[in-house]
Amino acid sequence: MKSETLAALQEARSKRQAVVLATRLEDAAEALIYLDRAVGELSADTAVVTAARRAIAIGRSDTVELGGQKIFLNVYVPPARLIIVGAVHIAQSLAPMASLLDFDVTVIDPRRAFATDARFPGVKVLQEWADEAFEKIGLDVSTAVVTLTHDPKLDDPALEAALKSDVFYIGALGSKRTHAKRKDRLAEVGISEDQFARIHGPVGLNIGAKSPAEIAVSILGQIIEVRARRLEALAAPKAAAA
Amino acid sequence: MSDALEVLDQVGKWKAAGKGVAIATVITTWGSSPRPVGSQLGVDDSGAMVGSVSGGCIEGAVVKEALASIADGKPRLLDFGVTDEQAWDVGLACGGKVQVFVEKVN
Repeated sequence: MKSETLAALQEARSKRQAVVLATRLEDAAEALIYLDRAVGELSADTAVVTAARRAIAIGRSDTVELGGQKIFLNVYVPPARLIIVGAVHIAQSLAPMASLLDFDVTVIDPRRAFATDARFPGVKVLQEWADEAFEKIGLDVSTAVVTLTHDPKLDDPALEAALKSDVFYIGALGSKRTHAKRKDRLAEVGISEDQFARIHGPVGLNIGAKSPAEIAVSILGQIIEVRARRLEALAAPKAAAA
Repeated sequence: MSDALEVLDQVGKWKAAGKGVAIATVITTWGSSPRPVGSQLGVDDSGAMVGSVSGGCIEGAVVKEALASIADGKPRLLDFGVTDEQAWDVGLACGGKVQVFVEKVN
């Protein structure tokens, strides 16, 4: 690997750009393939560039054989983002655990007493209303949103905005009863049953979690599962459709 | 992914400090291998490591090859697994097979 390649990989990471490093195993010749351009010795090889873009799409590194050459495609995608609505006790466990899992974490809460940097060291904290913060952040397919406030006037607008985006995961804290009431409220603002079904509620895997930290584990377990299944489906579209 | 970033960062620091550095990457796996394709191990010329390419079973052998790659500048393709003749020394206890590509950072 060239030093310039190493620097370019680090730069792509800091700019949240997806990139593939293609390496010919025989002689370590390289190319960096971005979504909009390709640079390096192998960048003129259209077969390499095409295979690399597919690898980005499914988020999976692989060794491929192209024109008799073995090429390793190493996919570097920007870290998934986790947006936590509600700077509450569970969020104080969820944020550091998610950081450890390499999520880019943002905590949002308009309440001054909750949304403090002191409660969330090393994590982005926005003291704003969620729907307004979402507009600035920009929700995308590599983002997960979890609402934890228990307060409809904070959670509902966040869920409504998340449902109108293509985030890969939406979770909402609250019992089955709370979730049923939530469904009724969101129906009043035009959220259909199918749309509502995207919300994981009660949030998290059913592992008998009780403490804030245990609940954080159950939420992250579910997010990891949803993301993995989605990538599996993308990698094998026929199997997923069947 | 987090280990990928950790490896790149540490390798960058070693390079900046003027050290010889190599990166080993899992490029193919068969069966139940401990680390997925794309997992990386960075090695400096003193044998210091960052990241991993297995659960610890083959790192020793990979470091040896990485040091050789730092010395002669040539990439290497390594195979590890239960059918490998090295199995007694550095075989994967889990029974999987992995192929690891080792190259010097120039």
